[in-house]
Amino acid sequence: MLLIHCPYCGVERPEIEFRYGGEAHIARPAEPSKLSDEEWAEFLYMRTNPRGLMAERWRHVHGCGRFFNAIRDTVSDRFLKVYKAGEKRPDMKKLAAEAAQ
Amino acid sequence: MSEIAIHQANGAAPVVSARGAKVNLAAPLARFSFRGPEAACVKAGPAFRTGLPTTPLSSSHTQTRAALWLGPDEWLLLAADGSAGQIFGVIEAALGDTPHALVDVSERNTALIVSGPRAAWLLNSQLFLDLDDTVFHVGMATRTLFAKAEIVLWRTGKDQFVIECWRSFLPYVAGLLAEVARELEVA
Repeated sequence: MLLIHCPYCGVERPEIEFRYGGEAHIARPAEPSKLSDEEWAEFLYMRTNPRGLMAERWRHVHGCGRFFNAIRDTVSDRFLKVYKAGEKRPDMKKLAAEAAQ
Repeated sequence: MSEIAIHQANGAAPVVSARGAKVNLAAPLARFSFRGPEAACVKAGPAFRTGLPTTPLSSSHTQTRAALWLGPDEWLLLAADGSAGQIFGVIEAALGDTPHALVDVSERNTALIVSGPRAAWLLNSQLFLDLDDTVFHVGMATRTLFAKAEIVLWRTGKDQFVIECWRSFLPYVAGLLAEVARELEVA
């Protein structure tokens, strides 16, 4: 079972209490009506889908109900870091280097 | 007695009565779901008299009332049956224009009291939490999953827990507890 640390509850809980929320740090364009169809499609559908570290949103839906962000390795499924929504994306290269050790 | 006694057994025969564990249905209570930012929390706490806890997974209580932390902006308030109208008025008056949501959920939830030296064992048949009393100590409360049903679990004593669940989930939760409790009889 995958254990995920919730930054709001401050505890590790089983994955079943959480919902995946897609890639993190994707800002909704301020004025969608001024975008071309291609730009809008880019925002709606295009994701990085990396092999390795990825910043993603999770929601502790059966706990505190909060959305938060997590850095997960998509190869090993390991969670390297969790942080509250609104906080800056951590240094991914540094995290990758630490994880490689 | 160090046990928190907001919930009282409803007087009927226990749902489960096994060696080392007993499950009783709780008598009705007034319940509120309160949501709001910090500005609302600091006003609602004194109005409800228990104060609203801000430490994750904690609760605060008086003799007849309790406030359970569910999230950074969400609390479950418990009080004596029949006091809902009065409490609603007092909290609403204290908050005034401060944005918040106070909803009476007395009829939505119902509660089970799980007690006895094997209570934690019984709950752990469906819960993934570590219920050791040094980790999940008396007074701690959390929303979690009981098998497939969402519940609020509150530790009210060393060997006593309260499960607050939606009333439509009750037959499912109580049924699972009864089924697992049969193992206590066999052992």
